[in-house]
Amino acid sequence: MTRTFRNSRTALLFILPALLLILMFVFLPIVLNLYNSLFRWNSFEVGKAFVGLEYYGRLFKDPIFFTALKNNSLYAVISLLFQVGGGLVIAAILEDKLIRRFQPFFRTVFFIPSVVSIAVVGLLWQLLYNPEVGLVNGALKAIGQSEWARSWLGDSEVAIYAVVAVSQWQYTGYMTMLFILAMQKIPYEYYEAAMIDGASKIKTFLFITLPQIKEMILVGTVITVIGAFKVFDEVYIMTNGGPGRSTEVLGTMLYRAAFRNDEMGYASTIGTVIFVITLTLSLVQLKLGKSGQEV
Amino acid sequence: MEPLVNTEKVAEFRSSRVNLTLVKNRLFQSVVFIWFSVFALLIIYPIIWLALSGLKSNSDFFLNTWSLPKEWLWSNYKAAWDAGIGQFFLNSVLVTLVSVLAVLLLGSMAAFGLSRFHFKGQNLVLVLILSGLMLAPQVSLIPLFKLLQGLGLYNTYWALILPYVAFQLPFAIFLMRSYFLSIPRELEESAIIDGCNSWKVYWHIIIPMGKPIIASCALLAGMNVWNEFMFALVFVEDSALRTIPVGLMNLRSQLNTNFGIQLAGLGISALPMIIAYILFQKQFVRGLSAGSVKG
Repeated sequence: MTRTFRNSRTALLFILPALLLILMFVFLPIVLNLYNSLFRWNSFEVGKAFVGLEYYGRLFKDPIFFTALKNNSLYAVISLLFQVGGGLVIAAILEDKLIRRFQPFFRTVFFIPSVVSIAVVGLLWQLLYNPEVGLVNGALKAIGQSEWARSWLGDSEVAIYAVVAVSQWQYTGYMTMLFILAMQKIPYEYYEAAMIDGASKIKTFLFITLPQIKEMILVGTVITVIGAFKVFDEVYIMTNGGPGRSTEVLGTMLYRAAFRNDEMGYASTIGTVIFVITLTLSLVQLKLGKSGQEV
Repeated sequence: MEPLVNTEKVAEFRSSRVNLTLVKNRLFQSVVFIWFSVFALLIIYPIIWLALSGLKSNSDFFLNTWSLPKEWLWSNYKAAWDAGIGQFFLNSVLVTLVSVLAVLLLGSMAAFGLSRFHFKGQNLVLVLILSGLMLAPQVSLIPLFKLLQGLGLYNTYWALILPYVAFQLPFAIFLMRSYFLSIPRELEESAIIDGCNSWKVYWHIIIPMGKPIIASCALLAGMNVWNEFMFALVFVEDSALRTIPVGLMNLRSQLNTNFGIQLAGLGISALPMIIAYILFQKQFVRGLSAGSVKG
């Protein structure tokens, strides 16, 4: 590939402002976070006391940490099922030639929740889940299942599922859109050949559509799982980790340790765990999808 | 002699088979259409309910959860605006505008530098910038909080704008760089022969030619910034500086009992993005298609 210019000083002038901002506000904090996790400190005192790996030891004995890990994993599994699995099926059906003329309408509607902020969605669903005025219980009563009605966010058995469900409502349409876009790049001849061979719709989906978009499925899987470990807004807004600590996730646990209990060092160890998990997943993606980031 | 095959019967058989597939297709179409319409209703109804309930009085809200407002109280929107949403809205507009402009300018410059120059360490810079895509903002939360305090920027608009720009840049650079690489070079080559320097090529050729992807980047970055919650929660504490997502939380505790006005506030927050999405769907989808990364 030919490049127009060769003067590297000018190139740096173009790149430097962006690069400096990224280094300063994205990369430096990561390094600082690792450093911070080795000290006992809070936001008001100046001094820091070195504690080494003490906080990591404490973290791995903290039952809330395991609750959080479990909840993040639950988030990941359910999101994979609905957003990646469900999204794939919906996308394939919308791409079917008999359905395609309805596609613009459905994909637009399905996508709408994902452009709304999680803050709005969280506050809205808090009302919808409200045991007295909420639509969810109202709808259950309307279809004659009033024994299912409950205080969705107030019951520590179901609260985490109620929160996870909101994410599925919000983002399944987003994944569907990504899969539709990937499917539209599959050459039509493949489908023609399958049709001539008399392959059924399900076989065509399994043996043509899926292998052709496996790159997108990988990307979708990884961003869904990473997303599940980055969850913060919806949990903070809807339950703030409660009732009890039953819906705590890594993000809310970090926030609580840092800005409620003012244990900055301990909070930083949680940051490190999130960092390691997301980094590992990203590396897996790069490794599996050779072309990963490059287009 | 009797014909071996009665052609009339074959034709009959054929047409009945055609009819059968036609019926099957119709059936498939109807089933999917009904099924997806139910889906669409489940997805869109909460948002419609939000819009309608935002126009109800409190008693109307409690007594007639499902029906249209008895009296369309447009004054709720006014009340929500005056209760603080107005200020939050303007803060959001300011922060989003400045952030998006900075992302577009610095991002396009960096993308130009990375697509049109050839210099040592180029790949390293590229990898560094793109790996910014993978990092979870939670990890940076505490160090950034301290960093912004140290810089004297905590609790100012800059405490939001600078991190937003830094976190949006990698994706914007990723999108713009791959688009710029696809812009043919003939035009620039003749411009250089005419004596244009790299700044002129950037400003008069690349930027105008890159408009489609720049529009997509503007929309995606704008949406992410407009909806961002966690940084906005932590990096400003003055309620006069709050952006809408966090401001809505304030409103929730302030207007505990007036649901109509609260929902009107949610509506004001969600509406700009829904409208932007419906108006500029093409640009949105292009950005997603080129990037396939969840914001």
